[in-house]
Amino acid sequence: MGSDKNMKILIVDDFATMRKVIKNLLRQIGYQDVIEAEDGVHALKELKSQKIDFVISDWNMPNMTGIELLRAVRADSELSSLPFLMVTAESLKENVVEAVKAGVSNYIVKPFTAEVLNEKIKKIIEKQ
Amino acid sequence: MDVRFINPFLEATIDVLKTMAFIEPSPGRPYLKNDSLAIGDVSGIIGFTGAATGSMALSFSEACILKIVSNMLGEESKEINGDIKDAVGEITNMVSGAARKKLESLGLSISAAIPTVVAGKGHSVSHIMGGPSIIIPFETEQGPFVVDVCVGEMK
Repeated sequence: MGSDKNMKILIVDDFATMRKVIKNLLRQIGYQDVIEAEDGVHALKELKSQKIDFVISDWNMPNMTGIELLRAVRADSELSSLPFLMVTAESLKENVVEAVKAGVSNYIVKPFTAEVLNEKIKKIIEKQ
Repeated sequence: MDVRFINPFLEATIDVLKTMAFIEPSPGRPYLKNDSLAIGDVSGIIGFTGAATGSMALSFSEACILKIVSNMLGEESKEINGDIKDAVGEITNMVSGAARKKLESLGLSISAAIPTVVAGKGHSVSHIMGGPSIIIPFETEQGPFVVDVCVGEMK
């Protein structure tokens, strides 16, 4: 997958405002093609219905959490290699270990700047 | 109240607003508050348990929160609506997360609940431990806000 700015990014967060905040940060670093989902359940529906290149998901969400979504993505043969950036409000060691075990591409701790987000995305794309 | 609990909240608040809203608030002198009347127009409250039980509230004046959220979203917010409340919840969550990380490095591990948000002139902020709470006042160019922390006895 190219690291071009045309890739389609899915933001998953139960807070509409946080989705807007991340969307705004992505816009600042040149990513315009962004869609949103309010939880893991809706995210999976989007992932199954269209081609998405990158997922940025919150950890704590009702219905299906970020880690549950990550596990579902990695277990699906068509989605298993999808870049997945996990957003957390804290960098607790046990959470990081759990996410790495589940196959997260990288994680980012809130609050973060557009530059930090850009760095994380670039690193993930380079590794793909 | 153990003063070790105050600085992490103060630093976390500055970090979050600087990073997400490009606002650098200046802290004032902390003081004790005995009633539950909120100082601001909209407040986010979050409870925590662990090394200590308590709660923290962030209470913003209208002008201050409108500027913060406008900067966060990259579009102008003109009134306290659902988006603003949503943002206050998220800011509260982020401040609590960042403060917890700092507390953890001091060996004080706490876990937090989901924030609730209350808005309106003269609303109240009820802390789970009752009171009094410590108020850390902050000033921004657009107006004031406070961090209101109430921590019970530490385990």
